[in-house]
Formats: sequence, structure tokens, C-alpha cells
Amino acid sequence: MSEKVLMKGNEALAEAAIMAGCKHYFGYPITPQTEVAAYMAKKMPKVGGVFLQAESEVSAINMVIGVAATGKRAMTSSSSPGISLKSEGISYLAGCELPALIVNVQRGGPGLGGIQPSQSDYYQATKGGGHGDYKLIVLAPNSVQEMVDLTFKGFDLAEKYRMPAMLLCDGTMGQMMEPVLLNQGEIKTYDKSWATTGTGNHEGRNVVNSLSLNPEELEVWNHRRYDRYKIAQENDVMYEEYLMDDAEICIVAFGIASRVSKNAINQARAKGIKVGMIRPITLWPFPEKVLKKASEKCKAFISVELNMGQMIDDVRLAIECSKPVYLCNRTGGMIMSPEEVLASIIKANGGNE
Amino acid sequence: MSTCKILIAGFGGQGVLFSGKVLAYTGLTLDKEVSWLPSYGPEMRGGTANCSVTVSSEQIGSPIVSEPDLLIAMNQPSFDKYCEETSDNSIIVYDSALISTEFKSNDKVKVFEIPATRLASDNDLPGLANMIILGKSVKESGVFTKDQVFDAMKKLVSSKKPELLEKNIKALELGFNY
Repeated sequence: MSEKVLMKGNEALAEAAIMAGCKHYFGYPITPQTEVAAYMAKKMPKVGGVFLQAESEVSAINMVIGVAATGKRAMTSSSSPGISLKSEGISYLAGCELPALIVNVQRGGPGLGGIQPSQSDYYQATKGGGHGDYKLIVLAPNSVQEMVDLTFKGFDLAEKYRMPAMLLCDGTMGQMMEPVLLNQGEIKTYDKSWATTGTGNHEGRNVVNSLSLNPEELEVWNHRRYDRYKIAQENDVMYEEYLMDDAEICIVAFGIASRVSKNAINQARAKGIKVGMIRPITLWPFPEKVLKKASEKCKAFISVELNMGQMIDDVRLAIECSKPVYLCNRTGGMIMSPEEVLASIIKANGGNE
Repeated sequence: MSTCKILIAGFGGQGVLFSGKVLAYTGLTLDKEVSWLPSYGPEMRGGTANCSVTVSSEQIGSPIVSEPDLLIAMNQPSFDKYCEETSDNSIIVYDSALISTEFKSNDKVKVFEIPATRLASDNDLPGLANMIILGKSVKESGVFTKDQVFDAMKKLVSSKKPELLEKNIKALELGFNY
């Protein structure tokens, strides 16, 4: 398709997954991501794929593990409380070194929380919601177009590094409509000689497993995985810079918070305040180097987030606490206004308008 | 027009979200930047529903509309809630069959009324008050021309349902001519 169409984020990402070759979707309904499952239910049978509404989130993620072990592209989607339920399975995917795409269209928490947009699963996504030493590729779209592009990217990076990838969205990204180009994108192929597809063509057998009762062996496995993580950190960091050339104040924001921040930055620029933004697109690997570099010029940072302050830790670590980092936040499903971000910018500018 | 921020608000079931979709889709056909953001959740099951639409010639920052340039109010609570929150040089169009108000045009805002719900029932256009008020709103705001909206509507409503398109166009026309 070469023409732009008007689509909801949830539907656009579902279509993108199918276009990226995903023929296996397992889910369980929850607001505000239900349109993903609804789209898959309608579309998968038409393309010879599988849509299966599992009896629970735990079940859905284990079905993903099963398909991923065969080397096929598999995905699941949910919203915050559902991702907590899937976290055991996500840890197993990481332990088994399996690629898969997990979509989290976040809502306010903790517990059952609410259904309005939130970014309060940042820690869960980037620090490991499940147990053990592992990381996820975490991609944070801020437009419907990026919901599509990063779905392709998520499958690609997952297979490149043999690790699960998460698309970390929020309710607004899932629910909003924007013009979107459903470009096919390049689908790269990676070696999948590890896949459990039967012994027909080779001697011996492949085993997909995360269990080792031999600590020497398990330590080797963990190091092997972290060696790959290191390569991802070197090669696949994604971010966008906005008006950073002469910026004295640097906003760090992702997803919907970055859209609101952009309005505030334009308002502040009109007042003559030199402010810009670094928007992480990969939350893991986090864009540490560009932030560290920005800290040489900028006098202050502002982390704008829809949570009680989670990414702010990574900003402080990246700049080694060399400059003050302020927090501009709303939580529980509330979204800050551009005026609230502007007030933070003025505060970070020493109160000077 | 550089940027037009639109808020459409009413009861769930009045077609608030679809009205917004028509505007967003019209913008798309004209190669504009557009965003459409609905309220979702319990309010769409009978309570208030609203939708933010932004149409711009530039890239859109926040898709959330808090100070609309055009407010389309389809019920009393929405009108009362948003009528004082519009931008400078804004326009309010409200359904006077459902909303009573003393609120008048002033330096900041021009207010237009249209009894859309009554016009819909009088003209055998059940459920199309949203298109009637949309026609009026497009005319008064000048966000698009009549032909632009009609052309978009023809693409948006499935060609398999010509009677549906005909009614929608009739309703839009009624609003334009009011």
C-alpha cells in the first residue's frame, strides 16, 4: 500500500505485525488494547494465520513460547495488569533465547488501576518484570506511524538478538487515529538453525530450554546472553533529537509525553528559552551516550513522564548526575498539559521567562 | 489555516466519534496532518463521549485538544464544561434542541446554534444530528469547504451502501444551509 490511510494505533500495529510475517497471535482482551485482538480475530483467518483467544494471559504467553521455539514469528498484546501476568512467560522467553513481540498498551496502575493512558510500566519493561538476569528490547512509539514502523523493528531486533522485544505504548497511542503508511518494510531473515522443527534434516536435536541445574553452565548462558545485549547497546540505540543544537535545557520524554513536550518546547522557544528534547525510541537499549554528550552543554534536564518518576533514574545514570534533573509528571491516567511542561521548563531555567 | 483544534462532545451514541472521523478523513484526503483521539472506556457506554481532532499543515504535537478553536457541543453537560475553555478567536456550534444557554458571542468566541436533533427527526434522518451539526460547523469555521467534506464522505462511506451515503450527504447539506 502506497497511500496513507487513517487508522487507530492498535489496528495499525496489528496490520503491521501481519505484514511483518507474524501468523500467530495469542491474546486475552483488556482495555485499552482490545482492538489489537479484535483486528487479529478478523484478519488472521484470511491470511492463513492463527488468532487464538487464550483462557488467560498466562496461557497466551506460553503459546507464544511454543510458536517462538519453532522459529516462527509470534506475538501477544495486553495492557499493564495483563503484562504482569505474562511476566513469568517473558522471563522464560528470555531464558530460552527466543524472539517474540509483546505489546503493552499501558494503563494506569498499580493493581487493576484504571484504563486511561499511563507510562508507569517503564521499570517493568526496562528493568525486568520477570525474574532473572535478562533484558528486553523496548520500543516506545509516539505516533501511529511509529506503531507500524516499530512493530517491524521489534520483530527484526528480536530475531537479530534472539530475545523478546516489547512495544511499550500507552492508551493514547493505541486509541488515536493518524494517517499512516502501511509500508511493507524490509523483512530480514536470520539464521534459525536453533529452531525445534524436527530432526528431518540434521543429526542430533535442538532443545529449547531455560533450565540448567549446573551453575557453571547457567553462568555461561547468562554471559552469552549479555554479550549479545552489549552488541545491541552498541548498534541499535534509537532516539530523536528536537532543537538540541543550541539547547541549554534538555527534555527527555517518550510516547505521548514527548508529543505534549513538543508543544511546550515551541511555546518556550517563542519566549526565547533555549530548550530541546531527546526522545528515546528504544527505552532499552537506552540512549545513554547522546544524553551524556548533551550534559556537556545543557545546564539542566527535565524528565517528562506519565508516572511517579521512573525513566528519570536512567537519565541521572546516563549523565552521571552531573546536572540537575527535574521531574515533570502526572500519574494514574492523567496527562500533563503543555502549560505544565512549560512551567517546568521555566523552573529549570532558573525561573526566567 | 495552519492548525485547527477541534473538540466534539456529546452523549455516547450521538455519533460524536464518527463526526470527528469525517473531519480527520477530510484532512487526510487534502494531505494535511491530522490526529483523532477519542475518549474511551465507560463514558462511551452511555455517558459523555468526546473526541479531539487536530488538522494542521504542520506536524502535530500533542493530539489532546484542551483549548479548541472549534467546539461542537451536542449535550448540555459538554456545553457547560467546555464553553469557557475555547481558544481566542474560536467558534462554538451547539445543538439548540438539546442545550439551553444564556452564553453569547463575545470578543473571544462566536456562538452558533442549530437544532440538529429536531432537524434530524423532522427530515427523516434518524441518528444523523451529528452530520447536521457538522455541516453547520464546517460552514461557520471554514475549516474545510463543503465540497472537500462531501468528497471525503463519498470515499469514507462504503460504496456498497449508497442509501447510507445519500442520507449522510443530505444531513450535511441541511446543516450547511441552516
